[in-house]
Amino acid sequence: MSNDKSSSIIKPTSKDVTFIIKRSNGPGFSSYWEEFQIPYYPNMNVVGALMEIQKNPVNGKGEQTTPVTWECNCLEEVCGACTMIINGKARQACSALVDKLTQPIRLAPLTKFPLVKDLVVDRRVMFDNLRKVKAWIKIDGTYDMGPGPKIPPQVQEYTYELSKCMTCGTCAESCPNVNEKSKFIGPAAIAQVDLVNSHPTGALMKEERLEALMGEGGIAECGNAQNCAKACPKGIPLTRSIARVNRQTSVYGIRSWLNR
Amino acid sequence: MPNTYFWRKLHSFLGLFPIGVFLFEHMFVNSLALKGEAAFNRGVAFLQGVPYLWLVELVLIFLPLLFHAFYGIYIVYLTKNNVLSYTYFRNWLFYLQRITALVTLAFVAWHVFVLRLGFSGEISYAAVSQTLSNPVVTALYVIGLFASFSHFANGTWSFFVSWGITIGERAQKTTAYICAILFVFLTVVGLKALNAFV
Repeated sequence: MSNDKSSSIIKPTSKDVTFIIKRSNGPGFSSYWEEFQIPYYPNMNVVGALMEIQKNPVNGKGEQTTPVTWECNCLEEVCGACTMIINGKARQACSALVDKLTQPIRLAPLTKFPLVKDLVVDRRVMFDNLRKVKAWIKIDGTYDMGPGPKIPPQVQEYTYELSKCMTCGTCAESCPNVNEKSKFIGPAAIAQVDLVNSHPTGALMKEERLEALMGEGGIAECGNAQNCAKACPKGIPLTRSIARVNRQTSVYGIRSWLNR
Repeated sequence: MPNTYFWRKLHSFLGLFPIGVFLFEHMFVNSLALKGEAAFNRGVAFLQGVPYLWLVELVLIFLPLLFHAFYGIYIVYLTKNNVLSYTYFRNWLFYLQRITALVTLAFVAWHVFVLRLGFSGEISYAAVSQTLSNPVVTALYVIGLFASFSHFANGTWSFFVSWGITIGERAQKTTAYICAILFVFLTVVGLKALNAFV
């Protein structure tokens, strides 16, 4: 190679994978895009590529840089921690295989949650929302209440799908009605209300949950864009849940007004 | 004080009753023009002879339209569209629902001003024909009709989901086809009636 200026740049080989990553030192810092060339290995996933950057934090220009910050935990698409925007769509970095992605691969943090640093966001609101709608089943008592009620297999089959939710936030990220202007609670919490309302013991608190969803930012702020069900990595029938809870709130709303 | 839930549901409900019903009534009276000038003028005369017309218009047309329009603008404002990242069909319809909302609002406001509030004299076949003699006006009417009918048809689909009437994927798909037929029907009827004045 000639000794021109570009000789210091790490030349991408055919076995290199190009990543363009949106970075920021956190809230209040401006964001910028940084390119990385990462040596390819078979069956590589996005988390693996980020680990390579951590081992050798050198960007595409050959400059030493800070390692990219990201979160991951289970590495089998059940915890939701590594959710980020990969080539424009929210998904988990662990199950995003490099072989199946268009290059250069663009990574960005989720936009509907407060940024912490680089690809890390604070998804606390997802869990706060579950608390808001009381998405649990009360079984604690001062005495043994005996065995739980029987649940028909059709209900078990349906609610099993809903129980796969890992609160990753992909649904909220894809939803046009979840944003900084609106207070919409988002699809995940509504599906969890459907889950616990479908349980005979959970149904004892059904009305409290419906009331929580009929407040500001509740279920009525869904605009039926239906991106959530398409984007959900676990294939949860979120739009079916929303429609089911729509029916529950409609009936409950009319009935409670007539009884007042 | 009713909460957001109530206002949202009211917004969805008013789109069908009375606004949607009125849309059909309006297209029916317009279509009388297909039966000739006299038939249309008789239809107009009948409507103008309705007792308590001002109250009927106020309660069944103006107030619902005003609420649906202004609350609707707020709903449009609350959205952050993402059709370029999430290119699903339903997401596009969601986006178009907001575009057609604004187009319909501008069209209806202009239409009501020109042919109702700011109109002096008797409304008649001749008067409507006169207004539509300008090809630019006719073109704007065609755009306005397309926007209104698609907003109404897609809004009807959305109404069934929002009220929890259609729950399953197949039920939602079937009503989507029915609403598409509704759109085609209204468009044919609306354009044929418009053509009767041009």
